[in-house]
Amino acid sequence: MSDIKPTLKQRFDRWMIRHGRVLVIGLPYLWLFLFFLVPFLIVLKISFATAQYAQPPYSALFQWVDEGVNIAINFGNYLFLLSDSLYISAYLNSIRIAAISTVITLLIGYPMAYGIARAKGSTRNLLLMLVILPFWTSFLIRVYAWIGILDREGLINAALMGLHIISEPLIIRQTEVAVYIGIVYTYLPFMILPLYSTLEKMDGSLLEAALDLGCKPWKAFATITLPLSLPGILAGSLLVFIPAVGEFVIPELLGGPNTLMIGRTLWNEFFSNRDWPIASSVAIAMLIFLVVPIMYFQHIQGKTEDPGK
Amino acid sequence: MSQGANQQDAQICVQTSQPWNDPDGVPFIRFEKVTKKFGDFYAVDDVSLDIYRHELFALLGGSGCGKTTLLRMLAGFEDPTEGKIYIDGVDMANVPPYERPTNMMFQSYALFPHMSVEKNVAFGLHQDGYSKSEIKERVADMLALVQMSKFATRKPHQLSGGQRQRVALARSLVKQPKVLLLDEPLGALDKKLREQTQFELVNIQEKLGTTFVMVTHDQEEAMTMASRIAVMNEGVIKQIGTPFELYEYPNSRFTANFLGQVNLIEGTLVDDDEKYAIIQSDDIGGEIYIDHAVQGHEGTTLWVALRPERLRLCTEKPENTTRNCFAGKVEDIGYLGGLSTYHVRLETGKRIRVSEPNTHRHNEPRYTWDDQVWVTWETGSASVLNQ
Repeated sequence: MSDIKPTLKQRFDRWMIRHGRVLVIGLPYLWLFLFFLVPFLIVLKISFATAQYAQPPYSALFQWVDEGVNIAINFGNYLFLLSDSLYISAYLNSIRIAAISTVITLLIGYPMAYGIARAKGSTRNLLLMLVILPFWTSFLIRVYAWIGILDREGLINAALMGLHIISEPLIIRQTEVAVYIGIVYTYLPFMILPLYSTLEKMDGSLLEAALDLGCKPWKAFATITLPLSLPGILAGSLLVFIPAVGEFVIPELLGGPNTLMIGRTLWNEFFSNRDWPIASSVAIAMLIFLVVPIMYFQHIQGKTEDPGK
Repeated sequence: MSQGANQQDAQICVQTSQPWNDPDGVPFIRFEKVTKKFGDFYAVDDVSLDIYRHELFALLGGSGCGKTTLLRMLAGFEDPTEGKIYIDGVDMANVPPYERPTNMMFQSYALFPHMSVEKNVAFGLHQDGYSKSEIKERVADMLALVQMSKFATRKPHQLSGGQRQRVALARSLVKQPKVLLLDEPLGALDKKLREQTQFELVNIQEKLGTTFVMVTHDQEEAMTMASRIAVMNEGVIKQIGTPFELYEYPNSRFTANFLGQVNLIEGTLVDDDEKYAIIQSDDIGGEIYIDHAVQGHEGTTLWVALRPERLRLCTEKPENTTRNCFAGKVEDIGYLGGLSTYHVRLETGKRIRVSEPNTHRHNEPRYTWDDQVWVTWETGSASVLNQ
């Protein structure tokens, strides 16, 4: 029996048992390498170049000149970002708008997620479906729809004036308020879903135990539910905050000319000024701005989840 | 004279340790015709129940029998659809859980995962606004009582199941509730630890004198721990009594079956006297002689309940008596160490379970498969059930 040579399938199975682990873990790494690290390095490279009227519109980092490698690293783009107040205020403005939107999204999303998590089976599925449903329409079309709602002659003004509540139309579109509305509307599901998944997992007997020990309902929420849903709050907030900082479409379509956000600045550098190196350095700076605090958060979260380690 | 005094003493003793037998006893917890419906389903159906101070009362039944619902109504997590619940004379109808004089130990323990052992135990005291020094003292005392002082700063996920159980117990006792509610308190522990903890719980209960109401599906646990047990089925209490009463004097086939092993033999009452009764049973193929009077008139269908350990096996037909003696064949043997159980197939086809203690080492088993044996019992061993 034991002399029989292993069949091809058996050999494959043995190989999989030995190396399958590497394969399974390797695949996402390969994905991240190809679609995150490589593009990032390309952008990083361009950010150290000089703008040129050429194809591509930037200078090469490494050049073969006179039998030697000529490395030309241009830090000018980054120095320019620091020296021009436009970029700094665009960054700060983006972070401010993203932060305020995140807080509003959290305040609206938390009760919704809580309600869904507490709902009974079929109702819960329906509510979750409704949260996800907007994704079935293009994001761009949904933002366009908001133009129709918020415009001077839009639905809100028409309704309010028709009911004689106001005599002059409200100016909502092309203000920062419209940008908040747009961001909160668009990113609400990203807040609700992680919150829902932490709240849904929470053991209902914990709240009962708190009540049983003499804790009033609102205090039980504050001392038990809220701290235990912190991972969800953090995850949801990051999922809203990060894309909101770099948001381009919403400020472009709903915001006014004064709504300065880094996404719009980036777009202008790329497509209007055709200054790829500056645009790249804007992107890299934004990434560093965002990645550092996120990594810090992750570190903290890892600590709170495994205090034993 | 002295005999009379002794009798009186005994009477007093009964009165103090068995308040349920005292006609003047005031119940501490009272369920009055309580019904709880979930939709169309009757989880608890018209239950009236009195529990007295210092009792360790067990609600015993299979899953879905309504025992947990009854406990949760006591804690205030469910409101009765109909009926009233009194604790210490106060109607609990509009009292929210956080104002009830009860504390509960949850089946899952429900320890707050983000708080240390100490903080978990202190949680209830914080709600009542005790001073910091008092909270510290009482928490320390409580942790000492459950032998968890060493683990005060640990988080629940760093504890074993048995340790969590102790913390949960400490947390529910620290507020000195009038009533402690225990929902399957030992369900999550392994058998060895469970047996050990049963006695510890009883000791703590005796030490503190708190009234315990416990829910369990484990009849052994209920019998070891409880002063009285209510056996429940389908939302109804089938019987209430001390473990002894329930085991020796079950009132129905359900209770007899639920507590311990039993052989149930169906028969018809043919002769009923003041001192004895005779039941004709086709089930077992003969007459069963009972040494006491039986409720019911001649012709009623009755069931005779016989505990396996009250039956005896003999290889030859006993000579001195012809009563309650039936021939059969050993069909199965289960060796359990301390005792052996034999399944005997009677000539009518009825299977009877007999257990015998193994009191000596080295002894060969007395019977083996296919041995011809006689099953017999003393006339006082059987209880007669009419439902």
